[in-house]
Amino acid sequence: MSAPLGYYPGCSQSGTAAEYDISTRACCKALGIELADVPDWTCCGSTPAHTVDHHLAGALSARNLLQAQAAGFDRVITPCPSCLSALKTADAHLAHETYRAKVEHLLGRPGPGPVNCQSVLQVLFEQIGPGGVKAKVTRPLTGLRVAPYYGCIMNRPPGLMNFDDPENPMAMDALLSACGAEVVDFPFKTECCGAAFGMPRLDVMQRLSARILDMARSCGADAIVVACPLCQMNLDLRRGQVNSASGQDITMPVPYFTQLLGLALGLPDADLALGKLVLPLAPALIAAKEREAQREAHREGERAAKEAVKAGHRPAPQPVCEEDAPCA
Amino acid sequence: MRIGVMVCHCGNNIAATVDCEAVAAAAREFPDVVYATDHMYACSDPGQKTIEQTIRDLKLDGVVVASCSPRMHEMTFRRAVERAGLNRYMFEMANIREHVAWISLDRKRNTQKATDLVRMAVEKLRVDRPLTPKSFDVQKRVLIVGGGVAGIQAALDCADGGLDVLLVERKASIGGIMSKLDKTFPTIDCSVCVLGPKMVDAGQNPRITLHTCSEVEEVSGYVGNFEVKIRKRTTYVDWTKCTGCGACQEKCPSRKVPDAFNENISLTTAINIPFPQAIPKRATINAAHCIRLTKGKCGACAKICPTGAIDYEMQDEIITEKVGAIIAATGITLFDHTRLGEYGAGRYPDVVTSLAYERMLSASGPTAGHIKRPSDGREPKTVVFISCVGSRDRSVDRPYCSGFCCMYTAKQAILTRDHIPDSKAFVFYMDIRANGKGYEEFVRRAQEEYAVEYVRGRVAHIYPTAGPDGGQLMVRGADTLLGAQVEVAADLVVLAVGAESSTGAPELAEKLHISYDHYGFFMESHPKLRPVETNTVGIFLAGACQGPKDIPASVAQASAAAGKVLALLSKDKLESDPQIALVQAIRCIGCGKCERTCPFGAIRMRELRDGSKRAEVVETVCQGCGICSVTCPVRAIQLQHFTDSQLLAEVNALCRTWDETTES
Repeated sequence: MSAPLGYYPGCSQSGTAAEYDISTRACCKALGIELADVPDWTCCGSTPAHTVDHHLAGALSARNLLQAQAAGFDRVITPCPSCLSALKTADAHLAHETYRAKVEHLLGRPGPGPVNCQSVLQVLFEQIGPGGVKAKVTRPLTGLRVAPYYGCIMNRPPGLMNFDDPENPMAMDALLSACGAEVVDFPFKTECCGAAFGMPRLDVMQRLSARILDMARSCGADAIVVACPLCQMNLDLRRGQVNSASGQDITMPVPYFTQLLGLALGLPDADLALGKLVLPLAPALIAAKEREAQREAHREGERAAKEAVKAGHRPAPQPVCEEDAPCA
Repeated sequence: MRIGVMVCHCGNNIAATVDCEAVAAAAREFPDVVYATDHMYACSDPGQKTIEQTIRDLKLDGVVVASCSPRMHEMTFRRAVERAGLNRYMFEMANIREHVAWISLDRKRNTQKATDLVRMAVEKLRVDRPLTPKSFDVQKRVLIVGGGVAGIQAALDCADGGLDVLLVERKASIGGIMSKLDKTFPTIDCSVCVLGPKMVDAGQNPRITLHTCSEVEEVSGYVGNFEVKIRKRTTYVDWTKCTGCGACQEKCPSRKVPDAFNENISLTTAINIPFPQAIPKRATINAAHCIRLTKGKCGACAKICPTGAIDYEMQDEIITEKVGAIIAATGITLFDHTRLGEYGAGRYPDVVTSLAYERMLSASGPTAGHIKRPSDGREPKTVVFISCVGSRDRSVDRPYCSGFCCMYTAKQAILTRDHIPDSKAFVFYMDIRANGKGYEEFVRRAQEEYAVEYVRGRVAHIYPTAGPDGGQLMVRGADTLLGAQVEVAADLVVLAVGAESSTGAPELAEKLHISYDHYGFFMESHPKLRPVETNTVGIFLAGACQGPKDIPASVAQASAAAGKVLALLSKDKLESDPQIALVQAIRCIGCGKCERTCPFGAIRMRELRDGSKRAEVVETVCQGCGICSVTCPVRAIQLQHFTDSQLLAEVNALCRTWDETTES
């Protein structure tokens, strides 16, 4: 086993998105990726810091990079795309002398050298890959229709994030397929959910999140699978607000991709923390099971009809399997 | 030796920052200089007359002119000294404009540097020797690579001028992209109707030999005497027997082959004739889809062929031809829109390229000219056109404007409104670039007469309104004139894909020894004054291989290239440049290093009677690059006019000047 990767959980993952943190750690462990927390990590600065001052924002992230380097990590991974963006931005800006000087003045010590920051999604996709996941799946998510939703900043700006197609990312699609789920071709993978506008302009967030939910439903998804704690909050915790504004009643659950991955890997319930989701995943899993049962019956019928034809009987007309019709 | 020096003011170009009179005065003190003067414009008629008169009056043996870059006026002055009876190589030029006056405003130091450069030129001239060019025969034939409209036009013009033409085309038929177009802007002429006669002429002209399904494999030789190897790819059909009757195509059971001529929006057979007007109208077998060639069974075409032309055992053939000049006319390919995730990355069948849309509009296309959506065959009522797809986009490394997309988009919008009167057409654009004759008026017609809605802004996202396989496509973009986001529910989206250099263009450029830019477009010799020539003498450019061009511009450049070739090959003999490598046989040790390093194959080893070897330069092949002279361990090869002693004379002159005259 290689040296452990520096793990930067990020604030959300120790609060509103605890289930993301729990399931990430469990999945990594199950797939043989050793994580070690960046010692004494602090907030990356998130959106508020860089909207106020780019140098202060850089200093906040630079401190965490220094902590990681001091602990001997040359690679830092984080589940949260916003943390990742902050860490990568600081890392990139520190290459510029004047920026670096100002940040070092704020830090009161020399800044960090280049650090390779990656998302948990990228590490799972590139290091384990769909093949590696597939080999370890014990409880395939057969029949579960999922809409992978990456959010705005997991892959963008492409020059900075440098991972997957910025307009049509496929990493989560591939991992979920490997788990046995049916991945719908979701056109709103990288649409904005409204992000932090949930606070100053609720109406904007409501409109944008409602669009995503509506599209996922029209694609026939049972669940929207996310990789970002803020997206998850807007689509899950704020569902009541979104539904009330759009006049819809969508109850589709919004699990983290690591939760579904853990489910497929057969991890115990405590490692999945499904109970922390506001909208329960269970109805989606039940729908998947029913769909699979219906398909099995249909296949059974077809087999019987074929044998009947072989035996010289006229085939009875088959009932059309509704679920196989293109989603509309 | 008696040397004259003339220092040019070039108006104020040089005189503003160089004291030309002081340079001339300093030059009078240099060894062997018997005369030095300054002149307002040395290149002007009076300037040249002065040079000629001075040579005669003072019996000069050589002349130095200190003026602009030798790229500009070296030939002017060489001809001037020749008129006065000197050898044209008893002339040196000191570049005191580009290398001095234009790069610094420090008059004192500029004057010093100009004086140094003149001193170097004088010292070199003192050891220069007269050189005489040799003449050689030329092949009065031309090779044209690429059978699009540019290649066809160049071929017809060259043949009209009496040259034999070899027209090499990669595809099975000549015609290029123009043969796929439905109509042309701004006249709405039927494209293949205006191109067809030229294709027929090219096919029937006795001076033109077509090599389709062929590619240039190797090029060697030099202007007037190129030797070209052409690979004739196997077609599995003996074209001397094939009559183009099409019976094989009717019988072929492999019917699910994407039709490349129709931009893969329809299917064809494994053996096929690409389109009805194809020249030559001959069948070819697509080996990847032929049942006989992939599985060993079938053979239906061989059975039906009335002339027995089918030959499954046929192999590629390489032929060698000699030509005097080459025209590259390889055209363009189109941007691959599947790189753009925001436009569906090729996932949505109703998002089509502009060239696929041309096939849908064309009466000879798969829908017989009726516009039908590829997904469900319905007639679209709302068509959205997106311009600049893969043009003016730095994020995909295509920062350049493709030039013609604004125009063909206006044309396609007009045709859409014409074919489906109750339809709506939207065009999302960045800027409208319509700077050709009648072009702006044409776009205005689209907007005003045909009520095409032009929306100024980029499209951010295309997504299906209901599932990827049916319904409509939502096109979301910005309207930067309204400052608003707009969404249009479209039945069909047409992407105005931009131009890219033709597949394999860099490889061909390297075979031809011509330059190409970062994007694979071939480099002209000078962007303004030599737009048809390349830096390799005898090789010319026609059409969009040099940069995106529309049809009239391609045709014009093709005729220009043909004119250049006709002028070049109108002479029975060409003169070779004497500034080439020369072996001093007495010094040569026959090691053969020069033979191995020469990039042009211009050196061969000659065996003497005693069995020892000596290098020998093939004068007509040598390009004068000088690599051999630095490789030679015994300095036996010298580049004429740039010999070691000549270059050292310059270096010594420069170093001595530093010792004596420069202030520290």
